[in-house]
Amino acid sequence: MAELITTDLVDLDLAGTGREEVTADLAGRLAAAGRVTDLDGFLADLRKREEQMPTGLEGGIGIPHARSAHVTEPTLAFGRSESGVDFGAADGPAHLIFLIAAPEGGGDEHMTILGSLARRLVHESFRQSLHAAPDADAVVELVRKEVLGQ
Amino acid sequence: MRFVAVTSCPTGIAHTYMAAESLEQAAKAAGHEIAVETQGAAGSTPLTARQIAEADAVVFAADVDVRDRARFAGKPLVTGGVKAAINDGARLIAEAEAAAERGAGAAADPAPGAGPELATKVEAGAGAGTRLRQWLMTGVSYMIPFVAAGGILIAVAFLLGGAEIAAVVNGGEFGGVTYEGISDPSDLLAQAGIAGVLFKIGTTAFEMLVPILSGFIAFGMADRPGIAPGVVGGLLASAIGAGFLGGLVSGLLAGAVVLGLKRVPVPRGVAGVMPVVVIPLLATLVVGVLMVVVVGEPIAAAQGALTGWLSGLSGGTAWLLGALLGLMMAFDMGGPVNKVAYTFGLAALASGDTVIMAAVMAAGMTPPLGLALATVLRRRLFTKSERDAGKAAWLLGASFITEGAIPFAAADPFRIIPSLMVGSATTGALSVVFAATSPAPHGGIWVVGLIGHPLLYLLAVAIGAVVTCACVLVAKSVGRPRAAETTTSTTPAGQPVTV
Repeated sequence: MAELITTDLVDLDLAGTGREEVTADLAGRLAAAGRVTDLDGFLADLRKREEQMPTGLEGGIGIPHARSAHVTEPTLAFGRSESGVDFGAADGPAHLIFLIAAPEGGGDEHMTILGSLARRLVHESFRQSLHAAPDADAVVELVRKEVLGQ
Repeated sequence: MRFVAVTSCPTGIAHTYMAAESLEQAAKAAGHEIAVETQGAAGSTPLTARQIAEADAVVFAADVDVRDRARFAGKPLVTGGVKAAINDGARLIAEAEAAAERGAGAAADPAPGAGPELATKVEAGAGAGTRLRQWLMTGVSYMIPFVAAGGILIAVAFLLGGAEIAAVVNGGEFGGVTYEGISDPSDLLAQAGIAGVLFKIGTTAFEMLVPILSGFIAFGMADRPGIAPGVVGGLLASAIGAGFLGGLVSGLLAGAVVLGLKRVPVPRGVAGVMPVVVIPLLATLVVGVLMVVVVGEPIAAAQGALTGWLSGLSGGTAWLLGALLGLMMAFDMGGPVNKVAYTFGLAALASGDTVIMAAVMAAGMTPPLGLALATVLRRRLFTKSERDAGKAAWLLGASFITEGAIPFAAADPFRIIPSLMVGSATTGALSVVFAATSPAPHGGIWVVGLIGHPLLYLLAVAIGAVVTCACVLVAKSVGRPRAAETTTSTTPAGQPVTV
């Protein structure tokens, strides 16, 4: 199984300011890495999920995510935004954006990894470390350590 | 305190797990224990029966339907969305504390807008044999009130109205008089008196036996979506004359079909309508077609063959015929084989042979009587609901309402049915040997005044009941111990918690 996240899936200085724009930016990185076969289809799946209920969480978190037939590997793309991006949370824009992509027919193993990733997102210490991460390598290292226990 | 929680969200990859983590953190911070079932895409490890039983309160953090929520019936409940749990897990935990302190008396209804939850007796993780028995017991436990209420009303109707009350209400011939029957229930009181009304109510309750049995076996297997296909399958089992054995088949079939349909992966967005619309629709269709087309035809054919075969035996050894009719009466208690034997008795009666009718009636009285005796002699071999059914079975057996034995037979068919058949065959043979006669096709001991050789007749019934009892006790002692209900805890509502 491929890595959950690699350095080219990290953007520590997101240029965009809108939800769609930022999501498309991160999803584009997945497509470039060959983890998404049809970018437009995947974006449509993300939009559909986002429309059900915004994925913003209190504490400046946005987690656009979808299970999609266009995804080949369970993947996390991570973006950080200085100015913040509105993901619909009541307390303001998101500064940490986690794009979670799951293959439609993903097996339990895949899903378990994404489940433990999601569990880590709740931890304040994990968020703080991501805020403080100096570069993409640090982010990848952090996820590997916290989520996969490696 | 101890809590259990279920988390679930539309996609099942993020919020479900975040909510679980958040609740776990909040509970730990407040000094509580919590076990969380994450109903997400990674599959879920179900909460155990013990965890649910020991929990002081239940938390649902869910944006889509919680699966199998009947397990939590009667528990203090707090509900919220997954985001509420993620953003402020501590608040939900505090609410759960408060709910637990208010006690189960203030238990919230887990399903807003839905009725009180039903309970099953099925434990997760039990072996195949145990599960099968628990499915059957779930169906039986819901059926017993119908047996008791309907059976006692019918018995009282015979007591008040005499043996002819069945013919008066349903039509038919009795004692040389032909009755048309009463088709409009509003005419009952005027034409058949209070006895007729009671008889009608009782038989209506009895019409529900097989549907309820079938429906709640399916419920035990597959939860709420099993009820509709199970009940409809049971109604069809009745309609094709398949009796309670047909009901067992339709219930198990409905449960299996629903379980299969639940495994079909569907987009989580439409998962909400699956248990309400799609699954009941498809399962009802499949079970219905199978019952009508696959089960119905062979039963009708077998009944025809059996009837022809019995007629061919009429000239043979009389006591053997009595024993054979006894075997048939006890085989399925109102099912197709029983019907053939009973109809044979009616036909004999119409041609003036009252000995056959007496044997048939006696053989139909011993199953409930023998079981009632068994529940008194060896209480521990029976569950509480069976012991309750045993109390009513005295009256039902005495009134020739063989259906009183169905709760026992449905719960443990392979031990009970052969035992009942041995006892009934004994009684059927003895009744013929004693040359007892009955001009009445119903009524049991309430028509003993019409019976020829009444004392010997009662002796035949008593011996058969004792034989039945002995066989049941031996069969029940063989194999597994029965402690089904001692392991399930009881909620304040008095219902066993689903597990």
